[in-house]
Amino acid sequence: MSTELHHTTPALETGSATALLRFATAGSVDDGKSTLVGRLLHDSKSILTDQLEAVTTASQQRGQEAPDLALLTDGLRAEREQGITIDVAYRYFATARRRFILADTPGHVQYTRNMVTGASTAELAVVLVDARNGVVQQTRRHAAVAALLRVPHVVLAVNKMDLVDYAEPVFAAIAEEFNAYAASLGVPAGRSGGLAPENWSTAIPISALAGDNVVEPSAHMDWYGGPTLLEHLETVPVGSDPSDEPARFPVQFVIRPQSAEHLDYRGYAGQLASGVLRAGDPVTVLPSGLTTSVAGIDVLGKQTDIAWAPQSVTVRLTDDIDVSRGDLIAAGAAPESTQDVLATVSHLHERPLRVGDRVLLKHTTRTVRAIVKELPYRIDIDTLDRIPQPESLQVNDIGQVVLRTSEPLALDPYAVNRHTGSFLLIDPADGTTLTAGMAGEAF
Amino acid sequence: MTTATDILTAEAYENPYALSHLDALEAEAVHIFREVAGEFERPVILFSGGKDSIVMLHLALKAFWPAQIPFSLLHVDTGHNFPEVLEYRDRTVAEHGLRLHVAKVQDFIDSGRLRERPDGLRNPLQTVPLLDGIESNRFDAVFGGGRRDEEKARAKERVFSLRDEFGAWDPRRQRPELWSLYNGRHSPGEHVRVFPLSNWTELDVWQYIEREKIELPAIYYAHERDVFKRSGMWLTAGEWGGPKEGETVERRQVRYRTVGDMSCTGAVDSDATTVADVVTEVAASRLTERGATRADDKVSEAAMEDRKREGYF
Repeated sequence: MSTELHHTTPALETGSATALLRFATAGSVDDGKSTLVGRLLHDSKSILTDQLEAVTTASQQRGQEAPDLALLTDGLRAEREQGITIDVAYRYFATARRRFILADTPGHVQYTRNMVTGASTAELAVVLVDARNGVVQQTRRHAAVAALLRVPHVVLAVNKMDLVDYAEPVFAAIAEEFNAYAASLGVPAGRSGGLAPENWSTAIPISALAGDNVVEPSAHMDWYGGPTLLEHLETVPVGSDPSDEPARFPVQFVIRPQSAEHLDYRGYAGQLASGVLRAGDPVTVLPSGLTTSVAGIDVLGKQTDIAWAPQSVTVRLTDDIDVSRGDLIAAGAAPESTQDVLATVSHLHERPLRVGDRVLLKHTTRTVRAIVKELPYRIDIDTLDRIPQPESLQVNDIGQVVLRTSEPLALDPYAVNRHTGSFLLIDPADGTTLTAGMAGEAF
Repeated sequence: MTTATDILTAEAYENPYALSHLDALEAEAVHIFREVAGEFERPVILFSGGKDSIVMLHLALKAFWPAQIPFSLLHVDTGHNFPEVLEYRDRTVAEHGLRLHVAKVQDFIDSGRLRERPDGLRNPLQTVPLLDGIESNRFDAVFGGGRRDEEKARAKERVFSLRDEFGAWDPRRQRPELWSLYNGRHSPGEHVRVFPLSNWTELDVWQYIEREKIELPAIYYAHERDVFKRSGMWLTAGEWGGPKEGETVERRQVRYRTVGDMSCTGAVDSDATTVADVVTEVAASRLTERGATRADDKVSEAAMEDRKREGYF
């Protein structure tokens, strides 16, 4: 199996079907996550000479002999000075096979919200554990967040194998404990293509510091026959099959040129959230419930008769009906429009969320007013216990809410559709993003 | 045994719905342009005539086809421009019937509101004309071509980045950005910087330029030029202030990887005369584009973080 990379193979074909994989990393403070990310970037030749020089100089100034790869990812001065990571940082690298977008999220207890943010767009999450400590509270928390956010794939990277003499039984015990916990989460079906729990997570023994099984296979672990971390990232299936899903098309903008050449053109611009849309397909416009059919589709200037998620396109409809920003054009089984929303939420802000709070709810391209009617329970993310009727949800809390909205929303359950099932709660006073919401039950 | 390559081949060729990474990045950027069009009153695209702003404009034109783009353009003119770039800018504006605002650093120096720096660098002077241009035109959304792969502080930037009335970026006040839900709410006087190319790399930009056959100013391709060496970079000899005594002018075959103010944008030795040559060169490069070509980013490890806090691009 080749791990050739684009810097050594500049013949990387342009316009070829190199897919994009978005993934997130999570780990506790001392699990060596920054070292792993640095190692992945360094060994995939994605760190360039001037970046490495800057890290080397900074390491020497701090009296460290070897370049500290963690300094590559700690972007802000505040972080470097305090030696912490305060926010999600995005990293980019490519191999001859794939382009990667890595959401690097801090692992401190108080920063669950950053992992929620990173995981929201991820198709894979790397959860890091220290082989000496095994599965700890943080590990369970990260797995629970990945399951909650319906991340389709998880990698358990058992790090620091060099410190446990590369011993298989250590690795096997940790992998088994993690798999058992993952199974207890009732791992997502839906968007992950109905994966069984045993296929949701993949355990890989690594040493980020020594470089074992990160990019290059380890010379110390003959007992391990699986892929290196990078090989796994390169080969894990990306995306779902849009032909299996009903089409969902939130309207962003109405395009009406009113020019001599395009006098009667009226198109609805948006990005397909799921599914396939074809010319002639019968569609329902929500929340009005009016029905019509697709007259034609323009993909950024070119006429076509088919489009699929996640393409950005412009849809023309057969009938001249009232459609505007915030409406959903749906094919197949349409979601029910409702003003009563039951959802699992992750609270993101220091301002708590309480029953009676009046907020804005942003769902796809539609923003409506909403009132928090009930807080049925808070979830203890370490035990998954439900604590009924909390007074409020505090920053980093996960819980269930019942909302009443000023206008109907066409929500799919989040477990079925991560785009049409997700929303934000926003403080109407100053626009602060308060809460991330996922329609339906948590686990 | 099934190898990694077999699986990927199947993914690329047997899944009729596979999108290339360029298609995925394009779809995301177009989505961002349309969100802004739907939610803001007075958006503007920062247009320098550099490759990233040219790609932004190309994406915007595609996003609203066959209608006109519902934005105007703003160029912060340092006064030390490459003539090829200004010519390109004006031709593009005329060709697409766009509206261009120009905020000139020289005007601010002439009126005494800005002073020339001892080192002659004008990139750091752009912040005041930029903020003045935003305020006087009441722009509420400002598209920039910044990419997260460019620099460490940019790696933590949001797609929608809230700025206060001083244009300042406060990393601790950033809003979490989840899924593709962008929160553009802001108070009067505040504005939002929007970065549709956040997830693109330099190589993606060049591959996209190649795929879409986008025309660029000629200085992006290898050409003969009179240059002199300063701070390890090839700078163009010209009336803006170089060369000084002791700096020797020589004629070399170079191209520009970034296009900014002539006083601090360096050329690189190159024989890449076509877009395909440039894609190959960028893929093989061992230096980041800013490391190779920007004097102002070498000032300190936190140079970009500090300038962003002050309201820079």
